[in-house]
Amino acid sequence: MGEELKVGCARPTGGPVGETVELITTEDETLTKEVTAMIKVGKKVPDFTAPAYHKGKFISVKLSEYLGKWVLLCFYPGDFTFV
Amino acid sequence: MSVDSVFVHKMWDENELAKMVKGGIPFPMLSDGGGKVGTVYGVYDEDAGVETRGRFIIDPDGVVQGYEVLTPPVGRNVSESIRQVQAFQLVRNSKGTEATPSGWKPGKITLKPGPDLVGKVWEAWKTDMAFD
Repeated sequence: MGEELKVGCARPTGGPVGETVELITTEDETLTKEVTAMIKVGKKVPDFTAPAYHKGKFISVKLSEYLGKWVLLCFYPGDFTFV
Repeated sequence: MSVDSVFVHKMWDENELAKMVKGGIPFPMLSDGGGKVGTVYGVYDEDAGVETRGRFIIDPDGVVQGYEVLTPPVGRNVSESIRQVQAFQLVRNSKGTEATPSGWKPGKITLKPGPDLVGKVWEAWKTDMAFD
């Protein structure tokens, strides 16, 4: 799953797919509030693509490619951290 | 998934993780430069520039069934995550006719919600079942 990436000198990047982050301008137009999609149990998860390292290869992962499977998506603070 | 690049993921896997897990990490290690995905999932700490320990259980329809978010110093309980996936799989396979009460793990009783169970949970389920 996930096509192999052609990696150049630039760091590959990904990001959310589909629904864009809404920008709401309040009555006081000097304030712009960012409303991000909230995760709620029982609701669809936001799709995204992300570059990944998998068994010696650099690939591109799209979450929606995993439809039909159970997915555990884990975030963590950083590589080479202790816990 | 972390804000590290795939290049750092490779170095971490080859130089440290492979010493803990034979053959290295079996699943994809995702990169989220700038925390764009983490922001949408509510786990990106803008002040520190890193993701917090978010864990999302996503079912085959792409629906979030559960999540947990911890601050960085405390690690996860992998067994608990697996237990929750097993419970959600059981409920899904039963098409919602069965539910897993507190403390459920494979082999323990499930409950069948319905009119007959109202007021009778105490007969089917005891409080010591909430614990291992």
